[in-house]
Amino acid sequence: MNTKVISLVSIGAHPGSGRTRRAEQDARAVELGLQLAGQHLQVVHAGDPREEALRAYLGMGLDHLDVLEQPAGADVLGVLGDYLRDAGAQLVLTGSQAETGEGSGMLPFLLAERLGWPLIVGLAEVESIENGTAQVLQALPRGQRRRLKVRLPLLATVDNAAPKPRQSAFGPARRGVLAARNVMVTQDELLTGAELQPARPRPKRLKVIKAKSGADRMKAATAKASGGGGKVLKEVSPQEGAEAILKLLVEEGVIR
Amino acid sequence: MSDIVRRDPRAEWIARNRLHPLHAAMQTQQSNWMGPGGVIRKNVHAVGFIGPNGIKRIDRSGAQHGTTTVSRRSATTEVQLPLHQVADPAFYIAVVPDMVGGRLGSHDRDLLGLARSLAGSEGAVLAIVFGEHKESNFAAAGVDRLLLIDGDEYRGYAPEQLIQGLRAVDHQFAPRHWLLPDSRTGGGEVGRRLGAALGERPATRVWQVKDNQCIGRAGAGQQDLHRDLPRLILASAECAEPVSETRHEALPVELSVPVARSLPRIDDLGPVAVDPAAIAMAESEFIVSGGNGVKDWDLFHRATVALGATEGASRVAVDDGFMPRHRQVGATGTWVTARVYMAVGISGAIQHLQGIGACDKVVAVNMDPGCDMIKRADLSVIGDSTAILQALIEAVENYRKGAQREAA
Repeated sequence: MNTKVISLVSIGAHPGSGRTRRAEQDARAVELGLQLAGQHLQVVHAGDPREEALRAYLGMGLDHLDVLEQPAGADVLGVLGDYLRDAGAQLVLTGSQAETGEGSGMLPFLLAERLGWPLIVGLAEVESIENGTAQVLQALPRGQRRRLKVRLPLLATVDNAAPKPRQSAFGPARRGVLAARNVMVTQDELLTGAELQPARPRPKRLKVIKAKSGADRMKAATAKASGGGGKVLKEVSPQEGAEAILKLLVEEGVIR
Repeated sequence: MSDIVRRDPRAEWIARNRLHPLHAAMQTQQSNWMGPGGVIRKNVHAVGFIGPNGIKRIDRSGAQHGTTTVSRRSATTEVQLPLHQVADPAFYIAVVPDMVGGRLGSHDRDLLGLARSLAGSEGAVLAIVFGEHKESNFAAAGVDRLLLIDGDEYRGYAPEQLIQGLRAVDHQFAPRHWLLPDSRTGGGEVGRRLGAALGERPATRVWQVKDNQCIGRAGAGQQDLHRDLPRLILASAECAEPVSETRHEALPVELSVPVARSLPRIDDLGPVAVDPAAIAMAESEFIVSGGNGVKDWDLFHRATVALGATEGASRVAVDDGFMPRHRQVGATGTWVTARVYMAVGISGAIQHLQGIGACDKVVAVNMDPGCDMIKRADLSVIGDSTAILQALIEAVENYRKGAQREAA
């Protein structure tokens, strides 16, 4: 396949210890890219080229990884947009959101808006790429899939429905090259007006029962879960019962 | 006056004791009854009541009943919540609910509650709904103005057209805040697309809004981001309490100019058939569960294949070895979140009912009309599960054939 595939990666943080690691969803983006383009996959990171966690991506079987050198707290939208346009990418894969910093998940949307490319959320599988269009499967909630036909060039985010990333090998991770590039720096002014704090546990929602009398409160506290006012079909033939069930299932849209 | 029934033990004792001097006076006397010949008879002595100073009173207005004929007030009086009206809104708070399955979900209601608190008494909550919906109670959820945008171009997956519609809303109503659910069922994506299109930087995964400040989760959920309230807010579930104390108007409004059509760059080729057995049961949309009442398990498996449903089971069916352990639904098994849950031959132990607490619609097929599952179910069919499953397979096949014929 001669489609140029680029995966964007970031530095992740381990949910327990907070140590830097390869980001879970970005690793899936690299895995999908490797399955599509093999050795021709290009992987880009905007940030610090001396970060050791980047080598975990190299260990997945990459020769080199481009790093657009940026300080912490910089706005990487412009440099990434320019890089992607100059590289002539056809398919750009990213994770859904970063594991560090703001993690708003806006980057792919802003890049797509800036480049004027279509964007697909939750890419699960690329079925075929031909004549400048890609036929892909999109992951929906509840394990469902949708088939889409999209014009290239295309930006796609992957989430946990994408293929599991391969293990990172130590040798290739050492041998791989982190190729740093000097680019322009734009400061992001978000953190001037906002502050990051360790996450507070969210208050649990209390079940407030608005009842006037004690008897009503007691009834509400001890009541079993009940739909209330459900329809009961008694003494009907199995055919009539089945028709009623089918009608409800079709109304709810679960029968296809 | 309260509905509590007050007993008078002395009056009851007198009523039992026929020798008591007050017995005759305290008997309820019928004033009207049908005689044996079909003629209405009246006891004129029983009409009226003894007033406070011992004189007999007859009230013919019908407003007052005598002390002897106290009728019990009806216990169920529907509580009418006060109507909150915004005649001339100073500003709008726009909400785009997810409408999973065509109805407002709990996330949508929380979001509308947040919008209500932001709107105060001056502003109006504007809900924007695309396509058809099945929701009948927007008024109770706190919607002041309802904008329905319908059309062929919004069918299926058309995010770019959706954004065109929201741009038109932004142009016409200029809402002070845009609120969307930060969910995987559409809201998160639409909100971010809208943010990119409008050039607004959204606050994402917001879980608290207070005094023009908001707190949202950042990164992988290890940190919180405190910031000033931006115009576009993507809020997570339970961000605020849903509206419960007022009724709202839900007045329909319309766009003054038609929405521009965007050239679709993404073609929706429709949903792909997924093997229902491969979907994790906790996130499956449609589950058919079998219990002790299922006698023919081959038929049960054929029925789930015909319906395209994920299989589940009650604890009894698992213990008896008819289903694997990982298919058990309930407190000790999997807590399911299916939109439609069909229980075949399951009477509904409390542990099982806990496991299906998050389910939207429950269908029960059971022999016993008094079991707990039928109290929980939205539709129950009383009868033999084998015959009903057989009939259901035939009905589904007929329905599919009919659909094919229509398509052809």
